[in-house]
Amino acid sequence: MSFGPFLFLTVFAAAALVFGLAPLGLAWLWARCFSPRKPGPVKNAIYECGLEAQPTGWVQFGSEYYLYGIIFLIFDVETIFLLPFAAAFKGLSFGACLAMLIFILLLAEGLAWAWAKGVLVWK
Amino acid sequence: MEPVFFYIFAGLTLLCGGLVIANPFTRNPVTSAMFLFLTILSMSGLFVLLHAFFLAAVQVLVYAGAVMVLFVFVIMLLDLKEEERRRMKLAAVVLGAVATGVIALAMIGAMRHSRVGLGLESNVAEGSTIALGKNLFANFALPFELVSLLLLVAMIGAVLLSKKDLR
Repeated sequence: MSFGPFLFLTVFAAAALVFGLAPLGLAWLWARCFSPRKPGPVKNAIYECGLEAQPTGWVQFGSEYYLYGIIFLIFDVETIFLLPFAAAFKGLSFGACLAMLIFILLLAEGLAWAWAKGVLVWK
Repeated sequence: MEPVFFYIFAGLTLLCGGLVIANPFTRNPVTSAMFLFLTILSMSGLFVLLHAFFLAAVQVLVYAGAVMVLFVFVIMLLDLKEEERRRMKLAAVVLGAVATGVIALAMIGAMRHSRVGLGLESNVAEGSTIALGKNLFANFALPFELVSLLLLVAMIGAVLLSKKDLR
């Protein structure tokens, strides 16, 4: 019985789950076995020392962060196109390399423009 | 075995997608964003079942990774408490239902005239990354270049729209 590529994916997914859940489970087990349960107002406080936190922890982000998010997304999408190019590189023609070069140059131009505009400088 | 997984992933996609827009337990936008994340994840499962492994990985990396970060950013820019207090308006619900119905009718009409799943295996020939790269540069070179232009325009637009005093 052949599972094909699905077997690898299942193994990877299971490994990812175990990697995330195992520390949580171990920490829970450790706390259950070794730490006595004595909750109190001091132990349940957010900070064990210092001043009490006054309002809620909710703060609105500055909209400058959003710009960094967008630029990150753009170069993320660029990477998506780089991977098939790299994988199929041996079988590609010179024109394909030229097309990729134009692709990268256009995006590099955008980055250089944003840099020149002072967008990348953090204030 | 594959149909079982298809129904599991399709059901998960629909369920989580429904919970994105109408969660009966909470009106917290962050919860909606997390359910959108689950929707995208189960959609990548559907891509895996189609043997489109590259697309599945891209779905997780770009949509679940980068686009979701942007969504959460936008949610953080909003006033969350006010969003939770907002009531649903009847006119908006009716209008949304009508729009959804029209789109569903158009989709059904389009799908009835298309031959789903026929001739797909022969020309896609495994959704491997190498086949995708060859196909992209052999047949879709112009759209590929247009994508770079589109990304450039997106970057310029984002820079110009963000209210910063540009030099």
